[in-house]
Amino acid sequence: MSQASHALVEVREVSKRFPGVQALDSVSVDIRPGEVHAVAGENGAGKSTLMKLLAQLEKPSEGDILVEGERVRFRSPRHAQRLGIAMVHQEFALAPDLSVADNLSLGREHTRAGVIVRGSEKRRARELLERVGVAVDPGRKVSSLAVAEQQRVEIAKALAVDARVVIMDEPTATLTDAEIDSLFELIEQLKGEGIAIFYISHRLDEIMRIADRVTVMRDGQVVETLDKEQLDEGKLIALMVGREIDTLYPKQEAEIGDVVLRVRGLTRPGVLLDCSFEVRAGEILGFAGVVGAGRTELARAVFGADPVSAGCIELDGRELRLGSPGEAIAAGIGYLTEDRKGEGLAMQLSVIDNVTLARIPGRGIWIDRRAERQAAEQRSDELSIRAPSLHRSVEALSGGTQQKVVVAKWLQTDARVMFFDEPTRGIDVGAKAEIFRLLSDLAGKGRAIVLISSYLPELTNMCDRIVVLRDGRTVGELRREEFGEERIMALASGTEKEAA
Amino acid sequence: MSVANSPAGTSRALKLPEGLRDRLNEILSQLAAAAGLIIVAVALSFASPYFLTSNNLFNIGVQVSIVALVAVGQTLVILTAGIDLSVGSVAGLGGILGTMVIAKLGFPVVPGIIVGVLVGAAIGVVNGLLVTQMRLPPFIATLGMLGVARGLTFIVGGENAVYGLPSSFRLFGEGQIGPVPMPIVYLIVVGAAGYVVLSRTKLGRYAYAIGSNEEAARISGIPLNRYKMAVYIISGALAGFGGMIAASLVHSGQPNYGVGLELNAIAACVIGGASLFGGVGTIGGTLIGAFLIAVITNGAVLLNITQYYQQVIIGVIIWLAVWWDQVRRRRLAAVAAQAHGRRGTEAAQDGQSSIRAQGDDGAPGEAGSARA
Repeated sequence: MSQASHALVEVREVSKRFPGVQALDSVSVDIRPGEVHAVAGENGAGKSTLMKLLAQLEKPSEGDILVEGERVRFRSPRHAQRLGIAMVHQEFALAPDLSVADNLSLGREHTRAGVIVRGSEKRRARELLERVGVAVDPGRKVSSLAVAEQQRVEIAKALAVDARVVIMDEPTATLTDAEIDSLFELIEQLKGEGIAIFYISHRLDEIMRIADRVTVMRDGQVVETLDKEQLDEGKLIALMVGREIDTLYPKQEAEIGDVVLRVRGLTRPGVLLDCSFEVRAGEILGFAGVVGAGRTELARAVFGADPVSAGCIELDGRELRLGSPGEAIAAGIGYLTEDRKGEGLAMQLSVIDNVTLARIPGRGIWIDRRAERQAAEQRSDELSIRAPSLHRSVEALSGGTQQKVVVAKWLQTDARVMFFDEPTRGIDVGAKAEIFRLLSDLAGKGRAIVLISSYLPELTNMCDRIVVLRDGRTVGELRREEFGEERIMALASGTEKEAA
Repeated sequence: MSVANSPAGTSRALKLPEGLRDRLNEILSQLAAAAGLIIVAVALSFASPYFLTSNNLFNIGVQVSIVALVAVGQTLVILTAGIDLSVGSVAGLGGILGTMVIAKLGFPVVPGIIVGVLVGAAIGVVNGLLVTQMRLPPFIATLGMLGVARGLTFIVGGENAVYGLPSSFRLFGEGQIGPVPMPIVYLIVVGAAGYVVLSRTKLGRYAYAIGSNEEAARISGIPLNRYKMAVYIISGALAGFGGMIAASLVHSGQPNYGVGLELNAIAACVIGGASLFGGVGTIGGTLIGAFLIAVITNGAVLLNITQYYQQVIIGVIIWLAVWWDQVRRRRLAAVAAQAHGRRGTEAAQDGQSSIRAQGDDGAPGEAGSARA
């Protein structure tokens, strides 16, 4: 009880029902000034719904939300901001074509006689940006900023409304390790200013690092709220999933065969320079490097999605000339893109349509719909795709299930070399383990796998070999026995001389 | 024996309703337009004794046929997140050139009609090249063509209509198979073909995929340019064909024919549930949309309501149809979101998510290189 009296914001037995679904079931949680309160849980556990209720994007069906002990009436996101609750969205809610200053004052423009007073806005913007530690000109367009800078602007926007509680939804999803460190410094600073932070994340290591308390949610309910001293990664996973996951990285030893894909001197002006690597049957090769080092670009170039000016690509010792993804697919190369929503799925189409998109069964112009359905059914059994119906659009599926649909699409092409670009981005722990098991199985069946990940433990645990990229070049290669996060980081950041 | 059979039986019984349920859902999504069509038809049958006569119904069929034919092609284009604003002008140009080769050059009727269709297809090729090679937005490419094709119609044919067509040309539009007028026959054939293309061919599937997520389609190995060309060519050819039917119905080639036809065709698609952002739409919906417009027009004539009111009514119907569609989609998204967690909730949060998605995948290639 005494705890509750210190609470800045308290959620008391709140439920949220949508037609046919209980999204939140009598959830209680509170946050105190200067605290980082992490909310952990799998997709669909109700984390985001809970945060939306706090930000007044959704209205609770039952229960109360109290700010400093006072019951709050549901009105609008603007009202929530006035109460001091602001949200930093996972996909930033900034107007890309407006300037930073305009974005920071959006909705609260300082006007005189109906005309916006630009000077004072810029000044205020500069103050805010300084507070969040980002040195950009407030006159610049948001679309010209890097992702990490845009995020700072989002946080600045929260500070602009004098937020006392800042909700961060998966704030590190698109950041590099260095940027994450710097974000955490900022969070510490905000804590020092007495600002409370709700921190939603899938990444347990981050939660362990930053959180003062952790509330674990599952199936719309709070499972437990733990204090910092009680935290333990295995315990968190067990609470989130509701069962013990024996291992997150089910790496199996596979028999490594001949070189399947050999890339030599691949160059794309301004993007890739003289990149070389090879991958063998049964092998999982990792691409490590900071964001922008050219990992995705290298995969895209090999896949024929982007033009190259020099270099050669050999598959089974035969040189390929790839002009388009279609030719790469026909040759036996697959590429699971990092951006599932933007490049992976046709959201309005059904599971079946997406699974067969890269190789539709049929003859000539015709689609063999029965073969197509059978293929999709088989893949969905194989990958245990949990969809209410294979005829439904993939839009409605969870991130993990969507990712499996994309994987199914590439399995369907019988690709012998498969690039997996950040395959676990935005999916929950259970689904992650499943994706990794699948990578292992594929390698076990003699496919050659290239895994791209910004999260080093994924690479060090899953890969047989790691190629490090920096500034568009392949700068080093490490065998499994040489793996070490420091070693990889040193190569990726250029502090260690090239080993290749 | 029945026991032995039952497992297989139940599993099939479970699968079938699932497919059926989705089919039902699809039909329900068109229910707004379909229900509107039924309500208007029932009301008119009470209001005017003439409405339900076979004579009048065939009359409506003939009236709607050209718009509906053109709208079938338009649906294909809209599915790819494109639009073809030139179809009205193309119908005019195809009609003029097709009738000219018959009247002036002495072409037999059937080759003359084929010329009209090919003219439309040729314009479709140009539209397709503008979109795929010059990378113009479809709206701009075909807006330009709307002017170019209409201008060419007058440049080539002059200001006067083309007369002197043989009477056999009349049969093309005014003939009948049994009691059914030819334009309705063409509509049935083209509608059925359109349905088959969308549901059973790669062209149809790829049109949906390109409109839903062009970059995902490209990464999946779909040759985008080839299929985009195809939809504009089909749309152009059907517009040329429509122009020839119109010419046959008035026994002459009219250089002014087809002004505003594109707007009716687009309205039919939209009322029928097609999304201008691509990826969503059906032939059935488009045909229902076209008939709804035609029945209202017909009813207005029967009830002596002036044309100006018709225009107002059709405009309002476009609003209502799209509004209803969005309400339904938002509700579906909300339900799905709660069933499946975060990813869907984003979609439920606002109806604009699909718009945002469209914006997001605008230039992934550039984003990639900018980062590096």
